[in-house]
Amino acid sequence: MPKKILFIEDESALQKTFDDLLRQEGYEVISALDGKTGLNLAKSKKPDLILLDLILPKMNGFEVLAELKKEPETKDIPIIVLTNLEGLADVNKAIELGATTYLVKSQYNLEEVLEKIKKTLSDLSV
Amino acid sequence: MNKKKFFEEINILGQCRRLNLSLWQCPSFLFLIMGIIIITSDIFTYFIGSHYISDPLLVALIVLILSTVLLIISFFITQSFEKLAEAARMKTEFINIVSHQLHSPLSNLRWAAELLMSGRLGSIEEKQSEYLKIIKENVQRMRELVSDLVIVSRLESANLVLNKNEIFLSDLVNQLIEEFRPLIKAANIEINFTSEKNLPRVLADPLQIKLVIENLLENAINYTKEKGKIVILLEKRGENLYFEISDNGVGIPKKDQKFIFQKFFRSENVLKYQTQGTGLGLYICKAIIEKSNGKIGFKSEENKGSTFWFTLPIVR
Repeated sequence: MPKKILFIEDESALQKTFDDLLRQEGYEVISALDGKTGLNLAKSKKPDLILLDLILPKMNGFEVLAELKKEPETKDIPIIVLTNLEGLADVNKAIELGATTYLVKSQYNLEEVLEKIKKTLSDLSV
Repeated sequence: MNKKKFFEEINILGQCRRLNLSLWQCPSFLFLIMGIIIITSDIFTYFIGSHYISDPLLVALIVLILSTVLLIISFFITQSFEKLAEAARMKTEFINIVSHQLHSPLSNLRWAAELLMSGRLGSIEEKQSEYLKIIKENVQRMRELVSDLVIVSRLESANLVLNKNEIFLSDLVNQLIEEFRPLIKAANIEINFTSEKNLPRVLADPLQIKLVIENLLENAINYTKEKGKIVILLEKRGENLYFEISDNGVGIPKKDQKFIFQKFFRSENVLKYQTQGTGLGLYICKAIIEKSNGKIGFKSEENKGSTFWFTLPIVR
């Protein structure tokens, strides 16, 4: 069974890039273009990992994160925050809310993000 | 004017905070001070006038004219100050918004190019690969520019928070030299780093100090001609660590030296060697070092080279 990754991101260009990348790597990818849809998909599809942007329509990433960690069925899913917000206050807030990893988009290349995803999933298997 | 607007107008502290100005630079506060001065001068004029002029009506008229003139002058002066301060605030906010909005498409562009270059979506021919490399390099240039603008806007809006830690500066320098090694080699430059042994740690934000050293090292590489030499020195001086980077590059003309830490300034002679660049690097370096309680300076001679230095306080 391939691992399921839910990508909550409102930039469709980025959705497409990650969809191609992650499928090539053998993952199943579920996409959501807004926070609310992402939260519902997390509850219904139970992904192994969530990639979450913070600036999102309908429900922002912090709210999604808080909701995910509140619900018993989603609270153990590791969440990688992938965002352009680089302020220390945002990093601390996301980590306090339960994000596993916080990645600022401009600071990582595609391979590095992929490595983080693989590592988070492998840590999960252990 | 409704009630809310009225209270906003008389909330001097609030207005100064919004414009991000200290009290003595804040137009509303200065207007208040001028008002006090006008009242004092009115009282003073009244007493002087009543001592020398017998007609009380004439005294009152003189005081009235004087206070009206002073009030009009001070009103127009503070109004123009306020417009300037508001324009500066809006400019900083504009840079901030634009830079943040540019981050997203740049990340998308960069990662899309990287995915194509990785060959995951099919093999790429050499010529195509060259063009993808051009796209990636130019995205990188734009990212650096946007990052610089974000830092500048944070510095100007006093929103740059330093996350201070105890760090070993020599580790940071070594790490950066290794990162720049390919560029140094490509530019045919010799680099020499000397550090005193067992240097104490400094209290600073590692990310920001990394940015400072990166800027200084990049300048030294970019503005050094063929077969150049860069020497980096790190030593303890009193209560500080002293960092120095010297090159035998193009140097800075004497007439430009006083502007070198100014925002967007680029010396005429460097434009011959390096057309790229924003003129923000040294401005950012100075602001970060001063915010970290250190000092920064340089000495330079045209066609002979430059030496930039900074100090950072040692952890006690």
